[in-house]
Amino acid sequence: MFKDIEHLIRLAVVIAIALVAFVILRAAVVPHSFGQYGHYRGAAIGEIASRPVAFAGHDTCEACHTDVVDQKKLGKHVVVACEACHGALAKHADDPGSVQPGKLDTAVVCARCHEANSAKPKGFPQVATADHAGGLACDTCHQPHRPKIETEGKK
Amino acid sequence: MQIPVEGFMYPNEVELQWSVLIVLYPFITGLVAGAFILASLERVFRVEAVKPTYRLALLTALAFMLVAPLPLQLHLGHPERSLEMYLTPHRSSAMAMFGFVYLWYLMAVLLLEIWLDYRHDIVVLSQTERGWKRLVYRVLTLGSSNVSERALRIDERLGYFITLIGIPSAFLLHGYVGFIFGSVKANPWWSSPLMPIVFIFSAMVSGISAVMLLYMFSTRLRRREIDMRCVDTIARYLLYTFIIDFSLEMLDLIHRIYEADESFRSLDFMVHTRLWMSQVIVQILLGTVAPIALLGLTQFLRFSDLARKGIYVLAGCLTMIGIFAMRWNVVIGGQLFSKSFLGYTTYKMSFATREGLLTAIALMILPFVILWVLVKLLPPWPESASLPGSGAAPAHGAS
Amino acid sequence: MEITRRRLLVLLPAAAVAWKYVLAGTPEASPNYQLTEHWWSMLIDIPKCIGCGSCVRACAEENDVPQGYYRTWIERYHVSDWRIERPEVESPDGGKNGFPPHADDGGKNFFVPKLCNHCADSPCTQVCPVGATFITPDGVVLVDKTYCLGCRYCIQACPYGCRFLNPRTNTAEKCSLCYHRITKGLTTACCEVCPTGARQLADLKNPKDPIHEFLRTHAVQVLKPHMATGAKVFYNGMDGSVR
Repeated sequence: MFKDIEHLIRLAVVIAIALVAFVILRAAVVPHSFGQYGHYRGAAIGEIASRPVAFAGHDTCEACHTDVVDQKKLGKHVVVACEACHGALAKHADDPGSVQPGKLDTAVVCARCHEANSAKPKGFPQVATADHAGGLACDTCHQPHRPKIETEGKK
Repeated sequence: MQIPVEGFMYPNEVELQWSVLIVLYPFITGLVAGAFILASLERVFRVEAVKPTYRLALLTALAFMLVAPLPLQLHLGHPERSLEMYLTPHRSSAMAMFGFVYLWYLMAVLLLEIWLDYRHDIVVLSQTERGWKRLVYRVLTLGSSNVSERALRIDERLGYFITLIGIPSAFLLHGYVGFIFGSVKANPWWSSPLMPIVFIFSAMVSGISAVMLLYMFSTRLRRREIDMRCVDTIARYLLYTFIIDFSLEMLDLIHRIYEADESFRSLDFMVHTRLWMSQVIVQILLGTVAPIALLGLTQFLRFSDLARKGIYVLAGCLTMIGIFAMRWNVVIGGQLFSKSFLGYTTYKMSFATREGLLTAIALMILPFVILWVLVKLLPPWPESASLPGSGAAPAHGAS
Repeated sequence: MEITRRRLLVLLPAAAVAWKYVLAGTPEASPNYQLTEHWWSMLIDIPKCIGCGSCVRACAEENDVPQGYYRTWIERYHVSDWRIERPEVESPDGGKNGFPPHADDGGKNFFVPKLCNHCADSPCTQVCPVGATFITPDGVVLVDKTYCLGCRYCIQACPYGCRFLNPRTNTAEKCSLCYHRITKGLTTACCEVCPTGARQLADLKNPKDPIHEFLRTHAVQVLKPHMATGAKVFYNGMDGSVR
């Protein structure tokens, strides 16, 4: 009866073995947290979240540098976060003693925002640096934390 | 290396993501689907004339099928992770589902059909051959050498049934490749419900002409007479499918031109500049209109056998070039314009890199090497049916 | 990437921290952070953007973005008179070093910062074959770089051009909305350094977030709304020419 379909039964057995092997492999290889929240490795969320930060955030800076905060409060730069100009300093915040931020070149840093460009909002203070300062560094006249020049008698 | 950009591209768009290898992938899968559909003509639709190509078409399909995943594999950033497609397939991803469609087609359709069709030969060869070949055939028999008339009749019926399933499977296989592109709503060059159908018909065109060419060359190599009734029939079917394919592509084109949506100006410019050569000249004129005209001529005018052979070879070669250009224009063309519709980038094919021209050429040669091995192992020629002891084998369609 | 001894010292504790959370099976890296209590988005106030490129530089530094690729970038638009269908757009090096001075040649000029829209129905997540990119319960679309195949289907599927293949890891990459920062109570690096407040991180699930008031009182758009991606980066004052 089954003699003439023996080869087909043998084939079915081979396929069944392959399927079982696949199911076993799948159980062994798929990460445990896969499917925890959806069709992805749940543990990936934690791994990505636990990366270290590079920018400490202005709250961290202000915890120590209260003098600068007081200065900034008096001028328009109060809204500018410290690391916008000074760069990423989480390492400095972690270890203030050994990691020191470098000195800024105001000619570069100020121009990034204040160099005139027709696409900038009209109300935003802009200058053509070449005409404006004649090669002088910005901090010759302006104090970056409180940029407005308010000294009496000086234009 | 600076990639030349015209106009504005989103900055991450400048570099092309899918290279020439991804052009090969739909090209090769198309050959598989097309070759199988040609094989099924004989078996399901009883087109006796194409019988000499039945087994050759199946082996061609298998040879290309085995190579089909290689360009994808080589293109991956992490080839070692590719098994994840099967371990944790994402149900909403066309690409993940393609993995299963591929496996189904390879295992349940192609291998099974070939095995059933060749089982009688395999059993005979396992008894007559010597050495390692004998071992291979022994393994292929799965330890059962029953070739009684009833067993073979069961095989024949089952094979017919598998071919029946195989036709929609072949459509599914290549239609799915089309869906992978056609379902990308972000890309107006791809996003079209016609894409799967266009892919299926262009697959049939390429597969049929590939088998036709292979049959003619292999017969010539073996110094046999080409069965003109057979190639005439194949050429006729090639013409029919080609007309449908061309109509669909033109429908897509006319629809795009008439609708002229937000992407039209950008795409139109691209077709008239960067894709002019590969799309208009190579794909449409040389690769579609010319072979249709050549094949059409043979329907209306009387040519000698020799002239017809020449026309078929020429038309077949032009077809292969045209279909390859079509895949190129879809895959590469779809990445040359910016999704902002404001600019164009350039594809620079590298040469001796993982995704370079050299790899592509090697991948195009590989299926022929595999086919050569398969042909040595499982001779598809009509006269090999006269192997010792095979006289009792029932003819196809005798169920 | 060259791993120097100094770099290793920085990396090792970070890896150890990550591993600790993996072992504990608690994705909430910050002890008080609850995944289900947030739904992150961002607000871009176009009239405030000065195109200084601070966000692009900060993003590259915070997330170690390779040169020539952008998790965020700025585009400069120029629209002459009524031709809003044919704007002239440029983004030299993603606007990382600002934009060269441009003569006021009539028409309208403005900057548009771009980043991943963290779509609620994101096409990139839909097409990922293996679940290597996903939207978290708090609404951030992330890439699991230990699981990504590098097939780049997601890059093709993103209508906004936000994704790229990182040549160092050979995996897809994009803006993570500084997930490692926002889960620790910080804002994103780009929002932190934006000098004019043109970029604001917003939590749509937090009733006290000022975004609710802003959305109520402003005409706000998302990019390519016809793509129906559920984009969560909202643009204020966006011109019809922006795409």
